[in-house]
Amino acid sequence: MSLNGWLQIALFITLVLLLARPMGSYITQVFERRRTLLDPILVPCERVLYRITSIDAAHEMRWTEYAGSMLVFSAATLLLTYVVERLQHLLPLNPQHLPAVEPALALNTAISFTTNTNWQAYTPESTMSYLTQMLGLATHNFWSAAVGMALAMALVRGIARRESKTLGNFWVDLTRGTFWILLPMSAVVALALVSQGVIQNFKPYDSVKLLQARQLTGSDGKLTTITTQTIPQGPVASQEAIKMLGTNGGGFFNANSAHPFENPTPLSNLLQMLCIFLLPAGLVVSLGQMVGSPRHGWAVLAAMLIFWFAGTLVCYWAEVQPNPLLHGVDQHVSLLQSGGNMEGKEVRFGIVNSALFAIVTTDASCGAVNSMHDSFMPIGGMVPMINILLGEVVFGGVGAGLYGMLVFVVIAVFIAGLMVGRTPEYLGKKIEAYDVQMCMLYVLIFPLLILSLSAISVLMPHLGLSSLTNHGPHGLSEILYAYTSATGNNGSAFAGLNANTPWYNYSLAVAMFFGRFMMIVPMLALAGSLAGKKIVPASAGTFPVTTPLFTVLLAGVILIVGALTFFPVLSLGPVLEHLLLRTGHTF
Amino acid sequence: MMASHSQQRSLFDAQLLRRAAVDALIKLDPRRMMRNPVMFVVEIGSVLTSTLLIVDALHHRVSFSFNLQITIWLWFTVLFANFAEAMAEGRGKAQADALRQAKSETTAYRLINGVVQEIASSQLRVDDLVRVTAGQLIPGDGEVIEGVASVDESAITGESAPVIREAGGDRSAVTGGTRVLSDMIIVRITSNPGETFLDRMIALVEGAERQKTPNEIALNILLAGLTIIFLLAVVTLQPFAIYSGAPQTVFVLIALLVCLIPTTIGGLLSAIGIAGMDRLVQHNVLATSGRAVEAAGDINTLLLDKTGTITIGNRQAAEFVPAPGIAADHLADASQLSSLSDETPEGRSIVVLAKEQFHLRGRELGSLHAEFIPFSATTRMSGIEVEGRSIRKGAVDAITNYLQQHGSNMPAGVLESVQQIARSGGTPLVVAENFQALGVIHLKDVVKGGMRERFDQLRAMGIRTVMITGDNPLTAAAIAREAGVDDFLAEATPKDKMDLIRREQADGKLVAMTGDGTNDAPALAQADVGVAMNSGTQAAKEAGNMVDLDSNPTKLIEIVAIGKQLLMTRGALTTFSISNDVAKYFAILPAMFAGVFPVLNALNVMHLHNAQSAILSAVIFNALIIVGLIPLALRGVGYRPMSADALLRRNLLVYGLGGLIIPFVGIKIIDLIITALHLA
Repeated sequence: MSLNGWLQIALFITLVLLLARPMGSYITQVFERRRTLLDPILVPCERVLYRITSIDAAHEMRWTEYAGSMLVFSAATLLLTYVVERLQHLLPLNPQHLPAVEPALALNTAISFTTNTNWQAYTPESTMSYLTQMLGLATHNFWSAAVGMALAMALVRGIARRESKTLGNFWVDLTRGTFWILLPMSAVVALALVSQGVIQNFKPYDSVKLLQARQLTGSDGKLTTITTQTIPQGPVASQEAIKMLGTNGGGFFNANSAHPFENPTPLSNLLQMLCIFLLPAGLVVSLGQMVGSPRHGWAVLAAMLIFWFAGTLVCYWAEVQPNPLLHGVDQHVSLLQSGGNMEGKEVRFGIVNSALFAIVTTDASCGAVNSMHDSFMPIGGMVPMINILLGEVVFGGVGAGLYGMLVFVVIAVFIAGLMVGRTPEYLGKKIEAYDVQMCMLYVLIFPLLILSLSAISVLMPHLGLSSLTNHGPHGLSEILYAYTSATGNNGSAFAGLNANTPWYNYSLAVAMFFGRFMMIVPMLALAGSLAGKKIVPASAGTFPVTTPLFTVLLAGVILIVGALTFFPVLSLGPVLEHLLLRTGHTF
Repeated sequence: MMASHSQQRSLFDAQLLRRAAVDALIKLDPRRMMRNPVMFVVEIGSVLTSTLLIVDALHHRVSFSFNLQITIWLWFTVLFANFAEAMAEGRGKAQADALRQAKSETTAYRLINGVVQEIASSQLRVDDLVRVTAGQLIPGDGEVIEGVASVDESAITGESAPVIREAGGDRSAVTGGTRVLSDMIIVRITSNPGETFLDRMIALVEGAERQKTPNEIALNILLAGLTIIFLLAVVTLQPFAIYSGAPQTVFVLIALLVCLIPTTIGGLLSAIGIAGMDRLVQHNVLATSGRAVEAAGDINTLLLDKTGTITIGNRQAAEFVPAPGIAADHLADASQLSSLSDETPEGRSIVVLAKEQFHLRGRELGSLHAEFIPFSATTRMSGIEVEGRSIRKGAVDAITNYLQQHGSNMPAGVLESVQQIARSGGTPLVVAENFQALGVIHLKDVVKGGMRERFDQLRAMGIRTVMITGDNPLTAAAIAREAGVDDFLAEATPKDKMDLIRREQADGKLVAMTGDGTNDAPALAQADVGVAMNSGTQAAKEAGNMVDLDSNPTKLIEIVAIGKQLLMTRGALTTFSISNDVAKYFAILPAMFAGVFPVLNALNVMHLHNAQSAILSAVIFNALIIVGLIPLALRGVGYRPMSADALLRRNLLVYGLGGLIIPFVGIKIIDLIITALHLA
């Protein structure tokens, strides 16, 4: 680890913290329907949209109606994407004449993008046409993020409102989140990325002659000589911006943000990482503002920062270590070489920006990658996995991170709240049996999907294990990571696992689908229940949710719940691999 | 006062222990166990390992000794939890037995149309009239409708001093099983047999009517949720273990499961609830439900009656303020004379003050041939006619009237003194002799010692105290200031009291109050915690959700502390239970897998002797910690009034951090013992 490395990390987080407050204030303005600078342009657009769709913007929804609207919207858009994928060979903007997407893969992908996961079991440039990428996938990048924000706002309103039956209007929240926040910000970020060299066109793929012909032995044993290389093109910048801002992470290319057309320079890399954290951090500040306790927002953000910092520290440390199996090779960090474990990393990013990117993308539920997590050292690769296993509440996905974190806040307040000798209260709302039940349902779904699907996979040699390229603890990590990423709606891949098989396409689709919607429903039920409660005024006897003590407590609860659930399987996966690697075993 | 109480008993009384041990076995009935999801899982695990053990024994499998020990300790885990519950219940049962003795069948003398009829007390019905004479037991709960008697209520309250019960007013309620010591009363029965106060009290302390409180239900859901999560973690661990080439036995998996699920709090949860109720009974307070005890911990606002709670019941003379031109000792002398036969505490205090300040000795009234003029509602004065002196004392307007009737006026100087005294919170009493005002006696409310400190403590706990008084706002403000309460309600009518409670509740606050009169009943019913005084009317007792047998209004403060302690104990043990798991992982996981992967011994941070001793140590620790924490569960965690932030910091440190560290030490010690004894 070097001073230069830490300075880059410090620069990144300082920028996040500086931008969090203005971002949060803006989000608050948008969702509380206050005046903003963009109103003159957007208000007319909003009115027209409501008139066309006959939405009554003044209508307030109970949690059930809010959840119903969200599910209907998600189902409809999921179907749209599926149809576009299946019919892409008949539709325009397909210069490469790519065939229709296979049903299992099409379903997996449609669910993946609807749920903000952006798990990609395919190679985009050889599977999806430009139209599919734009109409089927990029749209979901906006919608799924806007849905996430709407849901988080519904929960925040539930906390802030007093004896209210309703949580707002889903359609209005969806529209305002998209028009006021995601669209304008994406436009700005897309232009900034273009300035760094990210491409934006509808051209057919380029074909270039190789300077040096390569010979490859095919699987049939025949020798082929390769003389040309195909360079994919496409409308990348427009998709790249929302991929980051909406914590979606689905790459335009298979190599994702490691691809020079997606993420060409260290500056674009910094911008991408900032975009990932920007909205989740802003939403936490907005939470504080909307519930009337800005310090509470900062206390929650501080708990997130603890995990972010710990993850960065461990991952960075693990990756700069020389690989013990390569003794005799100079692996030190110096001006001439990146040093450390550079396998699967881009030289233009080096160790620091690869490790930091891996942490940021898994803290938030983004899932974009600029390096291959499969090639990290066992501990380095375990940290991104743990980030997701903790429930993706460290900043987390746009909206999803905040509402997930708030569920943990309620649990933490419940456990520790009893210790101050009162019925636990969260910001004046009494936490009762029904609320605990909904929180526990939310918390339960997550390990249920991850552990049971992983367990089934490792027990089935033909369906589960045949997709593995590595065996032993590393193989276990690959399978575990896949279900973790899917259930957590992260979408990053550990690689090394061929997930484009019917078993993995369907089972991962199940993980993604239920990992999103089965957790949202109890969360909204919690929001509805909280909204209906009285607010007990704060006193010296009230559980404080603005102090450093609360921050530590919240972090402790998240860590203990996450660690206790997944420690056994992690000890057989990355921990065992790490220990075995030190004795010279690899997998 | 509490410490001297007969119902206090040692935590580990031999007889109690024996009874609890038997009850622990009876409680193994799965239908009972199902009420506690965490311990039910342990019981199922124990049954499963026992069955496997028998199968193993038939086939002479390896590690029989280890499996046997695991099975035994799993059963102990269940039994220890049952034992804790039985202990808590046992303490209640012992109290119930004592109460039952008071409930023995008695003869009642029923009055029908003036004719006395002898029947068994169990045949009495509501609205029957009974006559009770000195030496007899009152046959059932009721209200005195005629007569006055002194009653020994020690069977209920433990207090040996007799109390007065009389018809009308706020001291009319009597309790079945108490004994009339003097005189004769006629009692109207207000409850049917089996529904009396004593019956309710017995049911309550025995825990027969115990229903889970709201917080307990919520906590149970949390614990059940955690149990399911750990069940998932352990069930799926076997496939991962098989994949890794290190499959585990069912014994080891169940051992891991039982160690992980929150058995410590799960096993002690109901004991904590019962013990909380029991502590209340030990303070001589009866709650109609556990819900009320919990609500006490949540109180935001405490309404306290001024008289008897904040101030000692009566005003006392504090000062003689003579009118201009009158000597102070003259005023004192006249005041003392007029008060000689005034047996009210105020009157006595005037006599005493005059003696203290001016060495005026009390004189025998009889030898003076004096005529005493008692206080009457029409004149609102009292006084004396003695040796040509005509002395009167009374409220300022009454004396002013009296003077005007006799053609003289109240001097401005006296009026000034009167106002000054009123402003300071005192009560002015004007004294006149031969139609001339002599001056004013300053009667003062005396605030009980230590009240200010208690209110400060309450404030630190986030509780606002409001003093309720019939005094005028000026007086009320002065006393409120002196006592250190946060707010006051002056010239309070029952309706004002009710409105105040409603207003506070509309803000989401929980309100507690005490009361004894029938006119307090609506407010007692409206309050979240309404403590009725046992000396009060039946209506008040029915309306409240607690009854204080000592009739001590200040006890509300203790009740709040008990409620808080109950919740804190649950929270602390939950935190402790969950923190414990970290150490257990470090004991069991390396033991499970280090056989196949020796590198995993790196996780054996406690350097436990071998795999079997490690697993066994964790299971034994898990079982023993339940027993070890029984005293804490029954006594409740220590509680001193302080802010929530400070409390949280302390409890997190003790039970969170402590819960993290203690099992590391405990498991290591058990491992050393097991190894020394060659048990594994």
